[in-house]
Amino acid sequence: MVRINGENMDMAGKTVAEYLAESRYDLKRVAVERNGRIVPRAEYGETVLADGDCVEVVGFVGGG
Amino acid sequence: MLPTRDEMRRAQEARHGAALQEKFSAAAVAVCGLGGLGSNLAVALARAGIGKLILIDFDRVDVTNLHRQQYKAAQVGRYKTDALAENLREIAPYVELEPHCVRMTEENAAGLLREADVVCEAFDDAGCKAMLAGAVLERMPEKYLVAASGMAGLGSANEIRTRRLTDRFYLCGDGISDVEEAGGLFSSRVMLCAAHQAHAVLRILAGESDV
Repeated sequence: MVRINGENMDMAGKTVAEYLAESRYDLKRVAVERNGRIVPRAEYGETVLADGDCVEVVGFVGGG
Repeated sequence: MLPTRDEMRRAQEARHGAALQEKFSAAAVAVCGLGGLGSNLAVALARAGIGKLILIDFDRVDVTNLHRQQYKAAQVGRYKTDALAENLREIAPYVELEPHCVRMTEENAAGLLREADVVCEAFDDAGCKAMLAGAVLERMPEKYLVAASGMAGLGSANEIRTRRLTDRFYLCGDGISDVEEAGGLFSSRVMLCAAHQAHAVLRILAGESDV
């Protein structure tokens, strides 16, 4: 299981890019943190989620 | 008669403590976007006696900004960098200001932010927020980022909070209230979020890394 934004999800083995696409995130509006570190945008496709990972996807919304 | 630099410094030391004021005075903080978030948090940081504020915005003051942004009606039409610098100098005449009237991009971000210890993301556009977050967090690992997402609408004040996502990435707001869906922006809720950001900056400079 991978903990994503506070929820346990069956996403081990998928890449960050696959998770973001399945969850319909707009890639131009996100920042991804995994186990306390930022995942660089260029590495979404090669970063494979593993059991026990803790991930936070920030989907920025407008307003300021 | 304006208070002298020494008088203002002593007054800040009396409120904040000399050791903490030394840290605030030595810091450079960048404010990226001078709208509802940026203009309000810049006022808080100037009052706190931050040594240097780097102010970045390409836009002019519009009449539709006055309901939540720290500008005056007579400043409509002026560049926000000029208008905010003027207002900040009235409040805190000895804060060093470095205004940049320019649209921030991935290409110019590193140059604009070179001297900043802490970067405040205060844009209104979600894509710009993510762009700056990526630029700072991926390529400027020595800097702190205090970003904001979700402060639109008339939702509860108590939903606005500060979270720490990595050791150098703080995020303020409710995380969900999009201006496109939440029905506008209200000065009080935007100011709450700006205050969260300003407070996160002061805590970072004080060495209080938790939120």
